[in-house]
Amino acid sequence: MGMTMTQKILAAHAGLESVEAGQLIEASLDLVLGNDITTPVAINVMGGIDKKSVFDRDKIALVMDHFIPNKDIKSAENCKLCREFAVKHEITNYFDVGKMGIEHALLPESGLTVAGDCIIGADSHTCTYGALGAFSTGVGSTDMAAGMATGKAWFKVPSAIRFNLIGKPGKWISGKDVILHIIGKIGVDGALYKSMEFVGEGIQYLSMDDRFTIANMAIEAGGKNGIFPVDEAAVTYMKEHGSRPYTVYEADPDAVYDEEITIDLSQLKSTVSFPHLPSNTKTIPEIGEKIPVNQAVIGSCTNGRISDLRAAAEIIRGKKIADNVRCIVIPATQKIYLKALEEGLIKDFIEAGAAVSTPTCGPCLGGYMGILAAGERCISTTNRNFVGRMGHVDSEVYLASPAVAAASAVAGYITDPEGL
Amino acid sequence: MNVTGRVFKYGDNVDTDVIIPARYLNIQDKKELSEHAMEDIDKDFVKQVQKGDIMVARRNFGCGSSREHAPMVIKESGVGCVIADTFARIFFRNAINIGLPILECPDAAEHINAGDQVSVDFDTGEIKDLTTGKTFQAQPFPEFMQKIIRANGLVGYINAE
Repeated sequence: MGMTMTQKILAAHAGLESVEAGQLIEASLDLVLGNDITTPVAINVMGGIDKKSVFDRDKIALVMDHFIPNKDIKSAENCKLCREFAVKHEITNYFDVGKMGIEHALLPESGLTVAGDCIIGADSHTCTYGALGAFSTGVGSTDMAAGMATGKAWFKVPSAIRFNLIGKPGKWISGKDVILHIIGKIGVDGALYKSMEFVGEGIQYLSMDDRFTIANMAIEAGGKNGIFPVDEAAVTYMKEHGSRPYTVYEADPDAVYDEEITIDLSQLKSTVSFPHLPSNTKTIPEIGEKIPVNQAVIGSCTNGRISDLRAAAEIIRGKKIADNVRCIVIPATQKIYLKALEEGLIKDFIEAGAAVSTPTCGPCLGGYMGILAAGERCISTTNRNFVGRMGHVDSEVYLASPAVAAASAVAGYITDPEGL
Repeated sequence: MNVTGRVFKYGDNVDTDVIIPARYLNIQDKKELSEHAMEDIDKDFVKQVQKGDIMVARRNFGCGSSREHAPMVIKESGVGCVIADTFARIFFRNAINIGLPILECPDAAEHINAGDQVSVDFDTGEIKDLTTGKTFQAQPFPEFMQKIIRANGLVGYINAE
């Protein structure tokens, strides 16, 4: 029986000729990732593991990104623990303030994730690297600890849903609209335990940044991973950013899928997830009323990349953020920040009345830097709109693309660039 | 092994942000952290939960963030077992890895009510609602996962290997 792209990567990393859905395997890992929230827990867990050393100091990445620059004493203690661990084990890829970025933007940009890799990360959005044709999935701190010690992880081989993307998307339609549309269609557990494998001629119209956004939110449909074929754009990206060799895996022609869903990108409209689930989607034309917002957040591991900032700046340039709106722009990495500065985007944001922050996950998870009060509403390019996600339990988060968030920040209510 | 306790019942898509809000994730101490378990959807949970109590929920329990703090605070608060239609996959892994007993049983998740006294037999997967007299059968875990569970989590399993 043929294998899916994900199954082929897993088989290769388990040293097996073939695997099938449901099979339990132990796979070798190319990278183990943790952040400043999950790594301290993993360090404590490692204390209980007999093997005290790490399996490969070059294959562990520790990224301080959630509560940094540290928001309080407890966060500072956590980062200190990570820093000391990194020094003790001579971890090559330790990223701290000034050199860091949001993990899922930073690692591909640093060439640490390439096609064919098998990656676990103690962060649910680790599935992002599927955009490059890697198998990568989120785990918890105990898996991270075990991975750091042994270089291995257990997996149940997933079955897959095949998403056939066709057509060319409209000017303002981004990867975010594609993935919100898909989550709206299949639900927050529509791909539970499964791979989301994206194929089709429509992929050529999606930039790498669009693909990172789509793979990033596979978890929001319950998926184990999201994965794209390795085309010229992916190879170019890896050559520009990477030094590691990569391996291209392709699904077998006779691979079996649980389901095939065709998405015509040319038919998509700007899409917004209403509170309190990412699957609660409406297109801008379907909203039909003016929903005022108090805050707009443009950033995160989902949408803090350079093309996201360019899209937002194109809309905001020469305009003013609405009086009653706080607009917060967070470039996802230092490199993106610098590029945005060089391209004049930061000037556009500041002149319009937006705040620009150093890279951090910050408000996305209600950590700091943009917490909402009771009754407040935020349009956000982040990935979750659960109850209390960005602050008070009575606040609301609406998920959208950078173009929609920027247009809404200028209008003062939820709209897309066409509506300005 | 058996556990018997009173049921706390929740719906679909209980996410890890409500199980333990991110504003508390800078706290390392398990006991201090567990004082905030479920507070964004059930302020009374922490006040009422007793050792051995059972959490019952519907589809996709534990969706969202990978934070292991979520199963950790549920375990720390004394909950003896979580029963749901389905679990989000990272929560599922985390629960197995840290030794929080979980069972997938849509039938039980549908018919057990809040406040019922329920008894769970982990060896057979039998779930008994002592209040209504109904009995349910959960799917047993694959052998490999049972080994991890018997080793009291992944750390015990790795050390034994």
